[in-house]
Amino acid sequence: MGLQAYLTLAAVVFCIGLFGVITRRNTIGILLGIELMLNSVNINLVAFARFSADVTGMIFTVFTICITVAEAALGLAIVILLFRIRRTVMADQLDLLKG
Amino acid sequence: MNGEALAFYFLATLLVGSALAVVLTKNLFHAVLWLALALTGTAGVFLLLDAEFLAAVQLLLYAGGIVTIVVFAIVVTERLVGERISQTSRHIAAGAAAAIALGWALISTVWQRPLAIVRPPMADDLTRLIGETVQTRFVLPFELLALLMLAGLMGAIYFARPED
Repeated sequence: MGLQAYLTLAAVVFCIGLFGVITRRNTIGILLGIELMLNSVNINLVAFARFSADVTGMIFTVFTICITVAEAALGLAIVILLFRIRRTVMADQLDLLKG
Repeated sequence: MNGEALAFYFLATLLVGSALAVVLTKNLFHAVLWLALALTGTAGVFLLLDAEFLAAVQLLLYAGGIVTIVVFAIVVTERLVGERISQTSRHIAAGAAAAIALGWALISTVWQRPLAIVRPPMADDLTRLIGETVQTRFVLPFELLALLMLAGLMGAIYFARPED
């Protein structure tokens, strides 16, 4: 399989994640969509690294995986905190900053 | 069709199918389990690309770590609200239009020019190569990453502290 097949797969998964981020009302569901999008970017990085025989892309993937884990932990902590204050996890009811 | 193409199509079907299930299923808990399957499929794609170390990291951190954190978040919020939280969607047409437009733009860009088909040879032991490069050329970003993880950990504890 060539590089294009891997890039196409990553693009499809990214768009599915984007669809999830736009359509979900639950903030945890939005976070799951973001995870899918970040995950597809990792496929791109590893595919480019392998097909150009340069290990840098794989090291970037290690970094993005770690940053994503930190992001998920913080995001879910924020969701739990918001839930404590507002008693909801629905994104369209969290309109505190709306003027 | 050779073994690699067969494995690729199998993993691609698994990945796209479980990703669709993540964004479409009503039950939030099932969505997390589908996400775990999608992340495991990504680990398989990494294996196809000769990155065994990344596949292991993917399974440990993503499929293990993130799924556990999300399940905890769901259990905590459901316990507090006292009922099952169902997943509803809004703006489905707008979301589908945006996703399809972006997908069309990305895929047509990818297929505009022929890209590499054969893989250039790389070191046999990629794990050793990754480790050596992280500890030499990328040692500063690596240490910054440790700092980021510490900050993230402290932030998460601060946010989730019990109410006083």
